[in-house]
Amino acid sequence: MSFLDRERTVARPGFSRWLVPPAALCIHLCIGQAYAFSVFNLPMTKLIGISKSAPDDWKLTELGWIFSIAIVFLGLSAAVFGRWVEDGGPRRAMFTAGLCWSVGFLLSAVGVYAHQLWLIYLGYGVLGGIGLGIGYISPVSTLIKWFPDRPGMATGMAIMGFGGGAFIASPLSVWLMQKFSTPTHVGVAETFIALGCIYFVFTMVGAAIVRVPAPGWLPAGYTPPAVAQKLITKNDVYVYDALKTPQFWLIWWVLCLNVTAGIGVLGQASAMSQEMFPGRVTPVAAAGFVGLISLFNMLGRFFWASTSDLIGRKNTYYCFFVIGTVLYILVPHTGAIGSVTLFVLCFVVIISMYGGGFSTVPAYLKDMFGTRYVGAIHGMLLTAWSAAGIFGPVLVNYIRQYQIDSGVPKAQAYNTTMYIMAGLLVIGFICNALVRAVHDRYHMKSEQESAQASVAGARA
Amino acid sequence: MSNANENGATTLYLVLAWGFVGIPLVWGVLKTLENAMKLFQ
Repeated sequence: MSFLDRERTVARPGFSRWLVPPAALCIHLCIGQAYAFSVFNLPMTKLIGISKSAPDDWKLTELGWIFSIAIVFLGLSAAVFGRWVEDGGPRRAMFTAGLCWSVGFLLSAVGVYAHQLWLIYLGYGVLGGIGLGIGYISPVSTLIKWFPDRPGMATGMAIMGFGGGAFIASPLSVWLMQKFSTPTHVGVAETFIALGCIYFVFTMVGAAIVRVPAPGWLPAGYTPPAVAQKLITKNDVYVYDALKTPQFWLIWWVLCLNVTAGIGVLGQASAMSQEMFPGRVTPVAAAGFVGLISLFNMLGRFFWASTSDLIGRKNTYYCFFVIGTVLYILVPHTGAIGSVTLFVLCFVVIISMYGGGFSTVPAYLKDMFGTRYVGAIHGMLLTAWSAAGIFGPVLVNYIRQYQIDSGVPKAQAYNTTMYIMAGLLVIGFICNALVRAVHDRYHMKSEQESAQASVAGARA
Repeated sequence: MSNANENGATTLYLVLAWGFVGIPLVWGVLKTLENAMKLFQ
């Protein structure tokens, strides 16, 4: 399998760096399907009963665990395999991620066919989750190395694909289920097989295209700054030393708080819009609202990460926290004055910044810790996403329920949550303000030290 | 001549690679926009 080796992926002279973003998109558009997994939930509750759930059919609560397991394994595998991804190169990582992701679908198809839920937990949840984690971080450091002049834009393009994957997966899955369904069969297993095959082809194309730049390569006309800027280091920090720095944990909280504020709302957007504007936002319109904020989630990933190349990462996060706080405080007022347009406007901006938080963070890490281990450090930072995946929905759902139980009308049940989200963003602002340049003692001093780190990593 | 051929091949690769990911993405975005319009009807 030497085809997968990092040495075999070094670009020849004349290779266009603009071929690397589509390679990254090949993997991110596939794994972005995770955001659309909910389209299978309802059909999977009718695998036996077909037209309605039978007593032996799976419950929605049982099916909800599939996505949760996948997200937990995303965070774990990104943290555990980050160093391996960095050393093995992008092609090996993309190949492995594609294989895990596709086989996860095929195993899930067997689970649906045999009506064994544990096989789906294992297939989509564990194996697919590992594919998600490795796939998510696999092109990040490669893109940063190809685009030293615009690292934010480059990683923004790839991570935009993760947001966009659901746009393809959702209508495609519905269409495939329609094609494969019969009066006695809902067609989920066949759809899983078809998706597994499609995603395998896509990820393998990405793995074939991807290249790493030759050592010392720089884009034509680009001269790296002679002296390090205040918050952009010219040194590298060893992956496990990064964990010892306050900067890593401050950025961990910056990401966690930004994601917590967005993720809870993203999951409850449909119900929230209908409950805040009863009779005015129908279920169909609410579905449109969910689509619209997903679109801004994707566009925000590219827009904000590209903007960060111009105004700096720290300032970009300041924008998220200041604008986000103001908008969260405004949301209850949009309900009070009955303005659906203002409500939609607030949330599309909020969600664009939620997406922007994900896509700007790799470049923020590169500025702080250098390019050498940025992929592995990014992998460990993604545990913040897993944590936010628990905090966000719990905050929104439980506070809403508490408000309703206390007699607050449904239309106003989200007000307290919005103010709490604004409070979280204020804490995020403070964490961001505390980020300073990494102390010299954490910098890798020489090539010899880098080599020792590599040996230590290989033994670990 | 060889340089011109190389440039042509690179352009072709770029079109193919971006088309491979761009076409499905644009299709998905259009489908989403189609649904999102229902919010304003």
